[in-house]
Amino acid sequence: MDYFIELFFGGLTRGSIYALIALGYTMVYGIIGLINFAHGEIYMIGAFTSFIVATVLSIYGFPLLAIVVIAGLAAAVWSSAYGFTIEKLAYRPLRKAPRLAPLISAIGMSIFLQNYVLLAQTSDFLPFPALIPEFAFMEPVAHIVGSSDLVILVTTTLVMIALTCLIKYTKIGKAMRATAQDKTMAVLVGINVDRVISATFIIGSALAAIGGLLIASHIGQINFYIGFIAGIKAFTAAVLGGIGSIPGAVLGSLVLGLTESFATGYVSSDYEDVFAFSLLVLILIFKPSGLLGKAENKKV
Amino acid sequence: MAESPVILTVDSLSKKFGGVKAVDNVGLDIRQGEIVALIGPNGAGKTTFFNCLTGIYTPTSGDINLSDPETGKTTRLNGKKPNIITAIGMARTFQNIRLFPSMSVLENVMIGRHCRTKSLIFGAILRNKATRIEEKEIIADSYAILQKIGLHKQVNELAKNLSYGAQRRLEIGRALATEPFLLLLDEPAAGMNPNETETLVSLIRQICREGHSILLIEHDMKLVMSLSDRIFVMDYGKKIAQGTPEEVRANPEVIKAYLGEEVDA
Amino acid sequence: MFPVKELKRSALISLWFAFLTFPIMVIKVDPIERLVNYRWDNMFFIAFGSFVLSILAKVFIIRKEKKEARKKPKAATEPFMQRVIREPRFLYPLSIACFVFGLSFPYLFSTYQTNIMTTALMYVVLGLGLNIVVGVAGLLDLGYVAFYAVGAYSYALLNFHFGLGFWVVLPIGGILAAFLGILLGFPVLRLRGDYLAIVTLGFGEIIRLILENWNTFSQGPSGVANIARPSFFGIDMSFAGGIIYIYYLVLLLVVFTIFVVNRLQNSRLGRAWLALREDEIACEAMGIDKTKTKLMAFSLGACWAGLVGVIFAAKTTFVNPASFTFLESAIILSIVVLGGMGSIIGVIMGALILILLPEYLRALSEYRMLAFGAILVIMMVFKPNGIISNVRRSYRFKKNVSTGGESNG
Repeated sequence: MDYFIELFFGGLTRGSIYALIALGYTMVYGIIGLINFAHGEIYMIGAFTSFIVATVLSIYGFPLLAIVVIAGLAAAVWSSAYGFTIEKLAYRPLRKAPRLAPLISAIGMSIFLQNYVLLAQTSDFLPFPALIPEFAFMEPVAHIVGSSDLVILVTTTLVMIALTCLIKYTKIGKAMRATAQDKTMAVLVGINVDRVISATFIIGSALAAIGGLLIASHIGQINFYIGFIAGIKAFTAAVLGGIGSIPGAVLGSLVLGLTESFATGYVSSDYEDVFAFSLLVLILIFKPSGLLGKAENKKV
Repeated sequence: MAESPVILTVDSLSKKFGGVKAVDNVGLDIRQGEIVALIGPNGAGKTTFFNCLTGIYTPTSGDINLSDPETGKTTRLNGKKPNIITAIGMARTFQNIRLFPSMSVLENVMIGRHCRTKSLIFGAILRNKATRIEEKEIIADSYAILQKIGLHKQVNELAKNLSYGAQRRLEIGRALATEPFLLLLDEPAAGMNPNETETLVSLIRQICREGHSILLIEHDMKLVMSLSDRIFVMDYGKKIAQGTPEEVRANPEVIKAYLGEEVDA
Repeated sequence: MFPVKELKRSALISLWFAFLTFPIMVIKVDPIERLVNYRWDNMFFIAFGSFVLSILAKVFIIRKEKKEARKKPKAATEPFMQRVIREPRFLYPLSIACFVFGLSFPYLFSTYQTNIMTTALMYVVLGLGLNIVVGVAGLLDLGYVAFYAVGAYSYALLNFHFGLGFWVVLPIGGILAAFLGILLGFPVLRLRGDYLAIVTLGFGEIIRLILENWNTFSQGPSGVANIARPSFFGIDMSFAGGIIYIYYLVLLLVVFTIFVVNRLQNSRLGRAWLALREDEIACEAMGIDKTKTKLMAFSLGACWAGLVGVIFAAKTTFVNPASFTFLESAIILSIVVLGGMGSIIGVIMGALILILLPEYLRALSEYRMLAFGAILVIMMVFKPNGIISNVRRSYRFKKNVSTGGESNG
């Protein structure tokens, strides 16, 4: 029974990280219909930035709490900057292009960023400092749920709530929803669509960066390649939940995280990724628009 | 004198989307050689009705039966896929033109010939005699249709470069290429100027003379009144009237539904 | 001379990039030794480089706008190069010249170069195969590499376990891949465009992961080695001879593929695929069986990947799962998109550019992949419709009599 609970929380943790990344995918897709292949690299850059900043600060002797906060902010700021720049350089010029052109551009950006970090930093696996200390009150359940898991779950929940409030109640949130539903009309009612799209990229990137920081601290190491597989999984989660739907992204991520956790725990860990993709294929066969996706009503 | 056979019978057709009944218990019938019009205010459910007939939607309840006038064979259309229905002999055009924009005018019509021809992969690769003959026939038949609709001069033009009126005619030509005995036209005159509308009317009359039957949705009352043999009127998903143009024109229900719109054109 | 506003803008841009790349380019930490190294020269390099590039970009844009304004506004005329290539009087001699060049290539260049060209030609075939699926039929397949892997491993394993020769397995590889295409296509092809993309991507990954982990079947990450080269009527070849032999094999396959794909595209089936790509709903309404047509495209494309896969195994005599990553699928897709969806000549050019260029850029060694990524982005931004854009076959008609005249599409 203990094992089950351990796997359950492990799955939730995984799912939370996927959710932070998947939100970026689903928001961008909802607004411009693009699969942002470079998003995984934004997550990786977030992890790297927080690693660099945290290590520098720890060498200079900053207290742990300050390091965590500053590193987190730095990761969010720089990842957002990268997201913003990528959109402007590689996607904005292709707004009116045939659908596949931005996709290839995104793939090219992904390859470029991976190698950029590889060359500018290193191909080695870098040890990430444990930024989340072991809490004393977690001691009795530490073998099932770690402090790190707890922090991840709490942080992700808080972030979700903040994002939901943003989308629902703020002006920019409304503008984002409007643009996602009908871009032409949004322009006609005076929404600055370019700014809305940039904002979407910025928010999505910041979320991914936080995810990068959390997972790096949780696992203890980073590498220039982590963006790729996390990106694909997170995108799978977003599609699973219904691409373009924010609650869908969260649901899909949790489902994916739990499935992976239980599958690797009870069946086999080698085929972890196979389970993820097989789950996707299965769900799409029975619900072609994803779990929470709206079935496309053909207006013929 | 024997009455021409009934080719389409729709009984109590209903289509629900969630809680909304877009089509509510509508029935109609069409005889061979007739031009029947389906009219009603915007949002009455006419296109949804068409979509149920042509297999894009599956009706929630009701029956659709199509009878081939030559063989007399009757098929129940409910739930059949659009391509099967077209192969049986009922083709359509779309409210918002759905041509193949990057294909040429001729090729758009050639697509219509697809369900009446049969060469497959090996024929395509080997280009054996049978395939070459079939290709020649496809080209010739398509060109003949283009001549009929007056677009033969723009044979190699890309469909997206045509004028609006020409595009609408091309869609009709493409549908004709499938050799339908019943042709469904969804607002064929929408957006046309009076000249284009006149050309369209004579085209429709010619198609009818050649043996096709026609069911059309239209808002242009002058066209509807002058062309149709019978008219069915829908409003809020229900059928509110049917009959000859004179009967429908005088029907108080119809006038009420169109309040503010010119019925006497 | 140069507007100050532009200089200020470029300065801001270079400041932005200096800021953007600060953590990653400038700071280098050694967590073990607890050292921080600030590489300020990188920052100056970035700042300077971005300043210059942004100025050049602006110059380019201004020049382009001036050119557009000077041109008389008329219906879109084809770019010069495209018109030249299409002209039959030019196309046929050019094709023959290319073919003759291709035939004599091994005798003009070294074995090393021939090997590279063989790889490039293999990607031409892969590109043409995927072109059927993505370019003509409009089905977004991101897992094409799976069929490539099936072909390669079928030869590797059949040769390893049963000693079957190259020529025996070649058709088997193609058929197996086609069969897998139908198997995968059935449940998956009714999905909407982008969902289809991610599912095919997932499938490609699944195949790779199975090959990597099912050790008893595929020998896992270490792969299968010592695969037999194709023999020439029973005679075994020397190393150099083998390379030349495979080169001609692939060249033959390229010619065959161009022939078949060209015939397919200008046939009843090809038109059905195009209609499918343009408007699925209208296509079905015109009497075309969507499912059957999609499956045909999918499995035919898969068959080609299978054939090339068998040749790949024979060429490198060694296969392992690492050769069949998503990156491969991405490269092949880029070839199709770059070439201009549906255009045979475009795909050939795209393959040659995307494959030969990095090879000849080997001088840049570790910056190769960086440059490759940048090239993809740049090519898409400047030529989003591909090198050769769509031109349909044109027909000639005499009065009341038709002849199917053609110019190649």
